[in-house]
Amino acid sequence: MKGLWQLVWLEIKIFAREPLGLFGAVGVPVLLFLALGRAMRGGAGPASPEWAFLKAGLPVLAALVIATSAVVSLVTIIAIYREGGILKRLRATPLRPATILTAHVIVKLLFTAMTLALLLAAGRRYAAVTPEQVAPFLVAVLFSTAGVLSIGFLIASLVPTARFAQPVAGLIFYPMIALSGLFFPLAAMPPWLRAVARVMPLTYAVSLMQGVWRGDPLMSHLWDVGAIAVFGVLFTALAARVFRWE
Amino acid sequence: MTEPVVRVSGIRKAYGPVVAVDDVSFEVRRGEIFGLVGPNGAGKTTTMECLEGLRAPDRGTIAVLGLDPFRAGTALKVKIGVQLQEAQLQKRIKVGEAVRFWASLYPSTVDPAALLDQLGLREKRNAWFMTLSGGQKQRLFIALALINDPEVVFLDELTTGLDPQARRAIWDLVRGIRERGKTVVLTTHLMEEAERLCDRVAIIEHGRIIDVDTPRGLVARHCPERLVVVTTADGSARERFLALPGVGTVDADGPSLTIRGNNPGLVTDVIQCVSRHGIAVTDFHTTEPSLEDVFLRLTGRSIRD
Repeated sequence: MKGLWQLVWLEIKIFAREPLGLFGAVGVPVLLFLALGRAMRGGAGPASPEWAFLKAGLPVLAALVIATSAVVSLVTIIAIYREGGILKRLRATPLRPATILTAHVIVKLLFTAMTLALLLAAGRRYAAVTPEQVAPFLVAVLFSTAGVLSIGFLIASLVPTARFAQPVAGLIFYPMIALSGLFFPLAAMPPWLRAVARVMPLTYAVSLMQGVWRGDPLMSHLWDVGAIAVFGVLFTALAARVFRWE
Repeated sequence: MTEPVVRVSGIRKAYGPVVAVDDVSFEVRRGEIFGLVGPNGAGKTTTMECLEGLRAPDRGTIAVLGLDPFRAGTALKVKIGVQLQEAQLQKRIKVGEAVRFWASLYPSTVDPAALLDQLGLREKRNAWFMTLSGGQKQRLFIALALINDPEVVFLDELTTGLDPQARRAIWDLVRGIRERGKTVVLTTHLMEEAERLCDRVAIIEHGRIIDVDTPRGLVARHCPERLVVVTTADGSARERFLALPGVGTVDADGPSLTIRGNNPGLVTDVIQCVSRHGIAVTDFHTTEPSLEDVFLRLTGRSIRD
């Protein structure tokens, strides 16, 4: 993995130079969160059921959106790098292909963690969270993100150009979010829809993140962890088989 | 006789039904600039990418510095330098960052700052890749190809899209690489580039190598005729030129006579003839056949078609 951390640092710097790069990925979600929180203050009080839903659901929804945008962004970057021949040029160096992809995953995870940490810090203004609650939640989110990034690699492998990569990634991920059990409980779905939800990794990610946020120990969600890991390994293996460098 | 730096024997590469490279064999000697020359789509880049280890040929064997490029991996990659056709870097990577990052990937390197100096990129070290001109980008790619002080450098269509001035500057850089004892393998579809730059060239078309030699050797073998154009009002001149040994044809276009012949001493013969018979000449020039003519002769078509 020689060159991994140099590449990670390089990609962070390059991303930070994108117009709206850092601001879009990190600043916008945090600002939006603060603005919404402020607007909500005039509504029902913190003791109301609406607030209870927000406290339980909002961090998970936020985590899901951040993870999804990380995947969409990864897919786009890989497509652009492939189209421009950057991947091919890197392949002609001693850098190992796995190192290149790992570096991008690490960059995405770092930004995910940063955005979420800022969100949670901002959230303290409205509802106190403790480090004991936040730390396992961050672990759950990063694990889930790493798991779904493997789908990103698969999409990036199958979608030829950057122009299509972004919409295709969105098309796959937004329905998965809708069916993930965050908005409608799985139990309320008709059996066929529930079956569809069961084969989507985001369903397990939501179950894991929701549980950990509620205060369940990570150990009690081994089933979710296992499912995400299986999906991750499966999609990574599949992506490795069909991945195209040019 | 030292071992050739590159030895290619009988490689073939097909993409589906399209055969890009068919039974190609050649050797590259240490310290020379070797050119694969042919029109676009002739199989030059596919051959190069097999040499660089980016593709495996379907058949045949390749040894670069004694190693199989596709299997050797890092062991070979640290010893070769590569510039790919139409490659890009990250839009917002700085020139200096790119060179330092590349340097971090190799066990031993030349000094990145000195390299940028040498390639005239010192002023640009803090510029983003996307802001560079075509010539500057190519110089950066040469820098990346040289950062590990490689024994062999592969340059694919190095000057395509550059203006003549930038092209000449790049040629000087490539000659500089050879002077430092490196071996250079390049592809080009520009006959002038091959003729000016390469010690030896392989002419490749439709995935096959037609002939390999020095540019001069190829011209002597395939286009041995010499051509002298004399402008004179002397009506007897044409007959006298036709009587010279080895002269094939003398075509008249008004007062201008085009003399063609296979005799290597044709120019001297014509000069002596003019002088002996006191022929009054108002213009005199000779035309050497070029690689362009060799290509036309070998393939029946111009490389520009």
